Amino acid sequence: MSDLWLPALLLLDSTIRLAAPLILAALAGLFCERAGIVNIALEGKLLGGAFAAAAAAQLTGSAWIGLIAAMAFGWGLAMVHGFATITHRGDQVVSGMALNILVAGLGPVLANAWFQQAGRIPVTAEAARFPSLTLPFAEAARSVPVVGQIYAELLSGHNLLVYLAFLAVPLTFWVIWKTRFGLRLRAVGENPAAVDTAGISVPWMRYRALMVSGALCGIGGAYLSIAQNAGYLRDMSAGKGFLALAALIFGKWRPVPTLLACLLFAFTDALQIRLQGLPVPGIGEIPTQFVQAIPYVVTVVLLAGFVGRAVAPKAIGVPYVKDR
Amino acid sequence: MIRRSALLAAASLLGLSLAAQAQDFQPALLFDMGGKFDKSFNEAAYNGAEKFKAETGISYLEFEVTNESQRDQALERMARRASIVVVVGFAFGTSLEAMSERYPDAKFTIIDASVDKPNVQSILFKEHEGSYLVGMAAALKSQTGKIGFVGGMDIPLIHNFEWGYEQGAKAANPDIQFTANYVGTTPAAWSDATRAKELAFSHYDGGADVVYAAAGAAGLGVLEASKDKDKFSIGVDSNQNHLYPGNVLTSMLKRVDVAVYEAFKSAQDGSWKPGLLNLGLKEDGVDYALDEYNKDVLTPDIVTKLDEAKAKIISGEIQVQDYYSKQE
Repeated sequence: MSDLWLPALLLLDSTIRLAAPLILAALAGLFCERAGIVNIALEGKLLGGAFAAAAAAQLTGSAWIGLIAAMAFGWGLAMVHGFATITHRGDQVVSGMALNILVAGLGPVLANAWFQQAGRIPVTAEAARFPSLTLPFAEAARSVPVVGQIYAELLSGHNLLVYLAFLAVPLTFWVIWKTRFGLRLRAVGENPAAVDTAGISVPWMRYRALMVSGALCGIGGAYLSIAQNAGYLRDMSAGKGFLALAALIFGKWRPVPTLLACLLFAFTDALQIRLQGLPVPGIGEIPTQFVQAIPYVVTVVLLAGFVGRAVAPKAIGVPYVKDR
Repeated sequence: MIRRSALLAAASLLGLSLAAQAQDFQPALLFDMGGKFDKSFNEAAYNGAEKFKAETGISYLEFEVTNESQRDQALERMARRASIVVVVGFAFGTSLEAMSERYPDAKFTIIDASVDKPNVQSILFKEHEGSYLVGMAAALKSQTGKIGFVGGMDIPLIHNFEWGYEQGAKAANPDIQFTANYVGTTPAAWSDATRAKELAFSHYDGGADVVYAAAGAAGLGVLEASKDKDKFSIGVDSNQNHLYPGNVLTSMLKRVDVAVYEAFKSAQDGSWKPGLLNLGLKEDGVDYALDEYNKDVLTPDIVTKLDEAKAKIISGEIQVQDYYSKQE
């Protein structure tokens, strides 16, 4: 029993660590896609956040300043995105992709100029990273079977940003479904003309959605560079932004299903990592290539078989023109 | 406008020919993916080239490959201009085979791959010999009797590290439990430190207390994990002991710096020869690292045993099998 129990717990623990940046990015996507803006730039904003967090944290030695810098940088990128797509009604996918390319190139160049580490920013100081938090009584609870172990291994021992990511889900749910801002946000994504008739500014609503989304991506980026890892590496987001976008569609643009989709992606990734090199009873050691294909196979099977139709916000991808 | 650009073109041509006259011997160095300052493989090559530059005052051309399609292009550009082109990384192999035919007068040295052409010098390292030593160190240091290995890209070259490591560990402690895994199957694996770190966590969580990282820049994630969990890790290629003193047990040195330096140097004095070179412990091509950062954890009794084994490998008393012959 305990032979399987503890590895399973550690597998879930790893899932939580891997899911945190996906959740933050997917919620960021949720805000602006609900407002009618396709956000393919999640990847770039995540990477930009990682870069800004590492640079600021390394220079100041404070993880909090790193986090603020990441949010500000994500916000700034979102404003550029908004300026192109809302103010000038540019194509949302093209400008999003342009942002991705811009950040992928700009990060290493600036990092090289400032830190001379060929596009890497190492974060060395202890205080420049978010430490793991041990929840109260975690050590004492470890000896209690099942419940205590779940508490000590699974719930305790993560850094602040992980808890923040999970708290952001109910918060997003509340904002989107229970507040006036959320109602208007959804309306802007479904039928902007109606919102406009009601006397609410469509561009301002969309800008506000982008602001929230940029800041959330910034937190996700900060998680990558100053919480999960110690430093910024070239292309360290490694497709997590796109994966988050997929999770958002998978979760039908709703916070809780999106969370579950993120957890599923993270779980298959964690499983893949843990299964490697371990002999499976009756089969022996499975070749790396097969194990590494697991996340993709699971995704395809689930997408094809279990998800059903995902209906996007109606006005998504369409720039709003008042007199049409 | 037209006139100005014509002038500019003429000026730049003039500049080029002047530069060519000023410097007859022009070495060039091509880095592999992962980047020049990966604190590992590429950085070792960079250090060798910098040493040459410091001694002779001759600067070198350089290029960092950031995606696959740049390999041919970079090789072609350097082949036209440089007296010797040193390329580091097995991934250049196929490109170099084609380019060395197209530029029969250029001289190439490739590190970590064997390209059989009349104008190519191939330098291989006996990674298994160096890995054997760090494997011994890991097994001697381990309290739990379990050790791990994290490889970068899943290729035979990295399996050679793994196989040497396993043999060394088993030689020091026949009962040692050994698990290995790999970051990925594409070149992106060399820089995916997040995944490497998770892999290392899975080793430590499973009870291992020493993990050997042979994963280029991604290996930094493994060293970081050993710091976070307060366990031991082993670095690779460059000396990585200083990164997390007390947690990095030792580093398996692959003297890419010496190879690059020698290639430049021999091309300059005319003694450069094409063909295959195999550098092992005997030729100082590989070694384990001992310095002020790890002398507290790599205790003298371990060092004595490692040096004994090293002498035996050099004298031929211990034969470390390589992965390629294990396959046959």
